[in-house]
Amino acid sequence: MTVKVGDELPTFTRETGFANWNRYAAVNDEFVPIHMDDAAGEAAGNGGAFGMGNLQWAYLHNMLRSWIGENGEILSIEVQFRSPNVKGQTVTAKGVVTAIDGDVISLDVWTEQQEGTKLAPGSAKVKMGK
Amino acid sequence: MADSNISEAMKAAVGTETSRSTSYPISESDIRKWAMAVYWPDKAPAVFTDPAAAAKTVHGRLVAPEEFNPFAWAAAKNELLLTGGLPSRMVNDPDSSERALGIEGPGLKFMLNGGMICEYGVRMGVGDVITGTNSVGEYSEREGRLGLMLFSRGVSTWVNQNGELVRRTTNTLIRY
Repeated sequence: MTVKVGDELPTFTRETGFANWNRYAAVNDEFVPIHMDDAAGEAAGNGGAFGMGNLQWAYLHNMLRSWIGENGEILSIEVQFRSPNVKGQTVTAKGVVTAIDGDVISLDVWTEQQEGTKLAPGSAKVKMGK
Repeated sequence: MADSNISEAMKAAVGTETSRSTSYPISESDIRKWAMAVYWPDKAPAVFTDPAAAAKTVHGRLVAPEEFNPFAWAAAKNELLLTGGLPSRMVNDPDSSERALGIEGPGLKFMLNGGMICEYGVRMGVGDVITGTNSVGEYSEREGRLGLMLFSRGVSTWVNQNGELVRRTTNTLIRY
């Protein structure tokens, strides 16, 4: 595969809510009230329970892994959690190639909800699998 | 409202090593369950669930997703390098990091995961034992939609049983 600046990565999309969050809590022991209980989420100023930033992080990794292949490498990734992932949102992980330096590919990556609002914008560097 | 929630004691604590943990050996089941959760409701890729498929990759064995946390539920060994209290991972208390340092926290009520920066080294795989060392990162603050927001960073460095870097992560905790 020839990679060019501006290439968009195949996306990774999930309908989100307690079914996802509880499964993630179960493997990461992340039973934090704001992710489990609407009253706690509302008290924290977010209108109800909301999903883990760590799960947005995982969805971005899923997208990158699918693109680079099993033998590819994620070298680095950074993300800011800007907006809460509330129940019922369709969250999509996206990426676009911003630079290529030898075999290191730089990308803008982010998750967004169904209306296009970015939840977790960031960047990453990867190497494609051979 | 306070002009600043960052005290001189908090500034002086930056760089302090707070805790060190050593994982149990990573098992196939640990990896498989993690992958099932993060890919749900689709099936996880075979490289995370099927040792035979994983053996055909450059890794030659079942490896974990990069974001896998071998310390999630328990660690073989937790060492507190401070005497003030439990590290933040172990209690749901916004001031726990400062308490562990033996200094007064800002007393803010809520905390959120603000973001992460991660550099990866070698992959984690079945049988690996990971040692993670946590230290205090920089503090900063700014006005946000919920008032004055405090950003505190924690730096976590993980190495495997061979001393190879697995990952270095800077987590940002937002308190308000």
